[in-house]
Amino acid sequence: MKRISKMIGAIGFVVILSGCSGIDNGESINAVGSSAMQPLVEAAGEQYSSIHLGKFINVQGGGSGTGLSQVQSGAVEIGNSDLYAEEKPGIDSAALVDHQVAVVGLTPIVNKDIGIDNISMSDLKKVFTGEITNWKEIGGSDVPVVIINRAAGSGSRHTFEQWVLNGEEAKRSQEQESTGMVRQIVSTTPGAISYIAFSYVTDEVKTLTIDNVKPTEDNVKTNDWVIWSYEHMYTKGEPEGLTKEFLEFMLTSEVQKDIVPQLGYISVNQMKVTRDIEGHVTFVSK
Amino acid sequence: MEDIQSKLLKKSKKAKLEQFGKTISFLAILVIVIIVIAIFYFVASKGLATFFTDKVRLSEFLFGRDWNPGSTNDAGRPLVGALPMITGSFVVTLLSALIATPFAIGAAVFMTEISPKLGTKILQPVIELLVGIPSVVYGFIGLSVVVPAVRNVFGGSGFGILAGTFVLFVMILPTVTSMTVDALKSVPRHYREASLALGATRWQTIYKVVLRAAIPGILTAVVFGMARAFGEALAIQMVIGNAALMPHNLITPASTLTSVLTMGIGNTAMGSLENNVLWSLALLLLLMSLFFNIVIRLIGRKGEMK
Repeated sequence: MKRISKMIGAIGFVVILSGCSGIDNGESINAVGSSAMQPLVEAAGEQYSSIHLGKFINVQGGGSGTGLSQVQSGAVEIGNSDLYAEEKPGIDSAALVDHQVAVVGLTPIVNKDIGIDNISMSDLKKVFTGEITNWKEIGGSDVPVVIINRAAGSGSRHTFEQWVLNGEEAKRSQEQESTGMVRQIVSTTPGAISYIAFSYVTDEVKTLTIDNVKPTEDNVKTNDWVIWSYEHMYTKGEPEGLTKEFLEFMLTSEVQKDIVPQLGYISVNQMKVTRDIEGHVTFVSK
Repeated sequence: MEDIQSKLLKKSKKAKLEQFGKTISFLAILVIVIIVIAIFYFVASKGLATFFTDKVRLSEFLFGRDWNPGSTNDAGRPLVGALPMITGSFVVTLLSALIATPFAIGAAVFMTEISPKLGTKILQPVIELLVGIPSVVYGFIGLSVVVPAVRNVFGGSGFGILAGTFVLFVMILPTVTSMTVDALKSVPRHYREASLALGATRWQTIYKVVLRAAIPGILTAVVFGMARAFGEALAIQMVIGNAALMPHNLITPASTLTSVLTMGIGNTAMGSLENNVLWSLALLLLLMSLFFNIVIRLIGRKGEMK
């Protein structure tokens, strides 16, 4: 009996303690969504907390859809998304405010055995729609094409289908959930092709140039390389308090010049073009 | 006098402790029951919304072959046919159980009847070790060993039902084996003694007496293994290829209910058709695991050894 009451006492003590720390916690906000953006927001959040003691940014993944629906329902303060909210079915974009914090470029990656380095945009489209089924048809080695797609509804897939397939659907084929898996599979499967963010490219796989344009950050900045997208942080209504401060912090040169390029994203400040949701490109005069 | 009376009327310390324990256990059970009901209610309310809110016909969902919840077909109906995933799930489950059962029975017979010493000393710990390996490890081994092997031996890209079957086979083997061992061990000793006394050989005893007597237990073990295979998500997702296509053979990418569910759930917004239909898949999985549980119960009751 004594032991039990001691145990209950201990539990009570812990509860009270955690309650206290809850009060002392200061402010905190939650940012949930796109796993592609998670490292960026996490790093920026840590940086922010180290400057502003007692203010915490909790970052979680879960996917762009999760981020958008959580911020829409008011469960979190910030919803991270690779997509415009307008592009996600089931989201009322009118209630959400868009904050574009970075740009990410995507590149097709292939297994090293396919025997070509350059592909035309129309051929790339034909590969993904299933018209080209063997690499020898476009001057490569005699290996069948193995398409590896990202999960339906993922931001990367949406960007790729928008800019390479002109919004058409890719041929129904293998799908993988994460960039790491995609890279691993492409590096070991003969004839495989997929697409990943610039920052994930390693020596295991080969990137293709499209119409002899190299997938580099400089080409993204001028829109010569068109497969890129903004990284959005959505708030419900105009941001206030800590949310507003943190979003402003995301756009400071501290984040944009150090953290953003370090993690393989491209700073929005360095873009020489802007692109709206319909894809209209405007050159920025600087 | 009063002292004794109060002592007799007051609850003793032991009785109090017992009461305390009873209350705690009752509360624990209550919480579990509430959680189970809550899960059922939540999954059902979300999963049924596909049919009541979005007006998808049940037949479209169960027998449709096109899965692409974001878009509609020519008639304007959403493409939410789950048949490819349902087929994928059932085929990998049945195939892996089919391969695992003879191995499990063989291993169990060896461990209980032929070499109990070696069995308890070496095989039992090995099998228990296999149970403890996290499924992501199985998935990774599947991805880096099984998939290339399937590609080299059978052709195709290697991803598909065959690779999934091999991975699941290894994953459910320990479950089925250790439960079969228990079933064989619970066959009363006098069955064996009687059989041997009648002049039966060891093989005859094992085959005609021990295995026959343990059939309900073995069936339970197999169903348990199937339940595990049916619900496995991570490992299978890594090797099956996740293409929502009707599987035509064993070496083209296919998908299971779990793989489609885990891949899609983060990319859809709560309350949209795309999201609801994933919950319908979850409801289907829940009903299947309920079904497996009922089957296990029925087998257990039918085969009770008196």
